[in-house]
Amino acid sequence: MDTIAFYIFAAIAILASLGVIGQGNPMHSVMLLIVSFGALAGLYILLQAPFTAVTQIIIYAGAIMVLFLFVVMLLNVPREEPVPLTAAGLLGPTTMKIGAVLSVVLAIEVVWGLSRLGPTWFSQDAEAAGVSSVARIGNVLFTDHAFAFEATSILILVAMVGAVVIARREH
Amino acid sequence: MVPLNSYLILSGILFAIGTAGVFLRRNLITVLLSIEIMLNAVNLSFVAIGRYLGSVDGQIITFFVMTVAAAEAAVGLALVIALFRHRETLSPDAYTSLKW
Repeated sequence: MDTIAFYIFAAIAILASLGVIGQGNPMHSVMLLIVSFGALAGLYILLQAPFTAVTQIIIYAGAIMVLFLFVVMLLNVPREEPVPLTAAGLLGPTTMKIGAVLSVVLAIEVVWGLSRLGPTWFSQDAEAAGVSSVARIGNVLFTDHAFAFEATSILILVAMVGAVVIARREH
Repeated sequence: MVPLNSYLILSGILFAIGTAGVFLRRNLITVLLSIEIMLNAVNLSFVAIGRYLGSVDGQIITFFVMTVAAAEAAVGLALVIALFRHRETLSPDAYTSLKW
């Protein structure tokens, strides 16, 4: 059951991500990325991390992607030049060729290295399964990582002010 | 059951897709989207390894990565808007000079 769900979610995530980089309309790219994030949230649930799954949906699919959609609609971007993932796109400028080759090499290295190791199984006892309860996360977040949490608030404040200043129309 | 390796392989493939997007696409918004794919691939390995080690820290750092991604998206999109006002294009090839 878990195995089937994993392969379904993994296939959705990979195909949707390929769709994001594979076609020219930014609006469709954003929509496909939301699909990919939904599949990742499903994987987090399989990993018994419900808090992270919900955060993924609310923050990523709900907030960040809506921000992207706003900008896509605001700029009214036309479709860019022909789809780059075709043979013509891959045989384009040298930088694009190098980038494509490097990313394929990266994927091959990771798959090859990890599949040469024996399978590493997750522990199944109840103690490990209960590790990710929201109560435990909140406990650790506000004790051990309290400083990082507070620093994050300053980071968001700075980002907010920076975004307003940068995007302001100059007269 | 699915072993840890499968999650890490999936994470590596997603990261490679994101890298390919950054290099192949000629559209600033899609480049930012590819960066989001890469951040999510890293999040997936954090959560999977945290589950393997029986530690909650993997999810905590995922939480921080999401926060940083939100800040990065806000500033990055503001930059995209400012650039688009100057040049009326989103192609990175149009922005080769530091000052104009």
